[in-house]
Amino acid sequence: MNSSEQTTPLLEVRHLSKHFGAVQALNDFSMAVRPGEVVALAGDNGAGKTTLIKAISGVFQPTGGEILLRGQPVTFATPQEAREKGIETIYQDLALADNLSIGANIFLGREPMRKAFGFLPVLDRKAMAVAAKQTMGRLDFHVSRLDAPVSNFSGGQRQAVAIGRAVYWDAQILIMDEPTAALGVPEQRKVISLIHQLKAQGRGVIFISHNLQDIFAVSDRIVVLRRGVQAGERKISETNHDEVVKLMVGG
Amino acid sequence: MTSTSPTETHVAPQADHGDPARSWLARIAEGRAWLFLAGLIICFEVWSRLSFGATFVLNPFNVQSIAIFAVAPLLLATGQTFVIISGGIDLSLGFIMGLAAVVAAHATNMAGVAMPVPLAMMLGILAAVLVAGVPGLINGLLISRLRIPPFIGTLGMFGVARGAAFLLAGGTTVPVQNSWFALLGNGRLYGVPYLVIIAAVFVVVMHYILSQTRFGQHNYAIGANVQAARRAGIDIRGHILRLYVLSAMCAGLGGALYAARFTAGAAQAGEPLLLDSVAAVVIGGASLFGGSGTIFGTVAGALVIAVIQYGLVFVNVEPFWQFIAVGLVIIISVLIDQAQRRFSGARQDE
Repeated sequence: MNSSEQTTPLLEVRHLSKHFGAVQALNDFSMAVRPGEVVALAGDNGAGKTTLIKAISGVFQPTGGEILLRGQPVTFATPQEAREKGIETIYQDLALADNLSIGANIFLGREPMRKAFGFLPVLDRKAMAVAAKQTMGRLDFHVSRLDAPVSNFSGGQRQAVAIGRAVYWDAQILIMDEPTAALGVPEQRKVISLIHQLKAQGRGVIFISHNLQDIFAVSDRIVVLRRGVQAGERKISETNHDEVVKLMVGG
Repeated sequence: MTSTSPTETHVAPQADHGDPARSWLARIAEGRAWLFLAGLIICFEVWSRLSFGATFVLNPFNVQSIAIFAVAPLLLATGQTFVIISGGIDLSLGFIMGLAAVVAAHATNMAGVAMPVPLAMMLGILAAVLVAGVPGLINGLLISRLRIPPFIGTLGMFGVARGAAFLLAGGTTVPVQNSWFALLGNGRLYGVPYLVIIAAVFVVVMHYILSQTRFGQHNYAIGANVQAARRAGIDIRGHILRLYVLSAMCAGLGGALYAARFTAGAAQAGEPLLLDSVAAVVIGGASLFGGSGTIFGTVAGALVIAVIQYGLVFVNVEPFWQFIAVGLVIIISVLIDQAQRRFSGARQDE
């Protein structure tokens, strides 16, 4: 990677707008995520965070503005297309099939097959388990019992599986929607350390949270949304809780 | 239950990595059904010896009768297993089976006029399975495209298939004139009835589809979390459509085999078997909420029902007790299952 690529953002959003009928959910919003950068997205309920990530992840098309991936303008007709381009959204819930193993969840919808007896196609569970073990290892997250359904694991471990799936499929940009919301404190720390791992691997992370503690623990920058517009953008090292809260509520 | 610390690393000791059909909970549930079956057989053995001084299970005639008895409900139940694992239910299977039995009889007779006997038989069976696929296709369309709940959609099809079957049969049973068909239904290979051989092969194929293919894997995923499955890029609508066609075709084969066994097609052939099929799946350890269940568990469930029904007749109990016994077994199975899930519900690190 040369120095000019280093400065090209992985993901850039320019003048993005989205309205639903007369409701302007997002208005002329711009932001960028660089490799190895964690950008926190903060804002009150209804500020437009969800609208923004849905536009980026291809759930719906923006009304105006553009999305650039490594400097190239892109449009996504479906979430599938966004995922193929390396943008993965990790939802706090509803992301895993609880009755399947880690490997089966990582490969859900794209299961590897092998030939049994030389002709009969069967699911390659061994390959799935090996990939699961390696991927979770890359996240410094070691679980025993790779054949157990993920319902046996804790909330933090399940979050790690969801992140592991994105990592395995080589997502370059991970959008994490409240990844720590449903977790206990030790589990929250695990997820925060996972995000540090992603950062170290040069991926870009958009981190959405209500928890300023978590935001300050893991982010490089924070972008605040208020009523669909960008209310401010700060480097974490140059701001504090008070200032962020003021930006959020419009003090 | 062991706790897992983040530094702990070991390889899963089991060879079957992450097979949902083989996960430990499913294994216990499936094992429980087989254990139950064994207990039941022992009970009838003791009962029979004490009352009549005759063996129950060591009598090959009994074993054969039970096996034949279990074939039709088992075919329905294998299709039902797929549907229930996906979180749905198919109430139309009984009359789809009846419709298929009538179609098999008519088609075999009609084909028999113009072509050799074995060919006519095969054409009859094929027609039964294909015609059964039609209501299955409609079920699938209603549920996947029009978002009608499976319970309601298949209940509607229950009525439609019932009416269609009786209309096609002219309100009576349709006798089959085909010597091969009769042989298929009543003949034996080395003492094993053809029907049982067909059912055994069929069960193995269905087990393969459920446990070793993407279709099966997606079926478990959809039953556990349809949202997650959709986000993983699985074509939910296409899957649901294929699922209900598959279950209807299982009933279609069941209908054809019924027509072979009784050398006649009857619209009411599968009427009492629908609830038996659901019962077999539940006794076999599947959850009615979806996401779990196995084909071999269902096999055990179907055999449990067959043993109860045949066994009670054998020991000379009034037949009405069969309903009570099967009903109690269903309730007990679900209770044990719930207790087990509650017991194992505690997660490793919480």
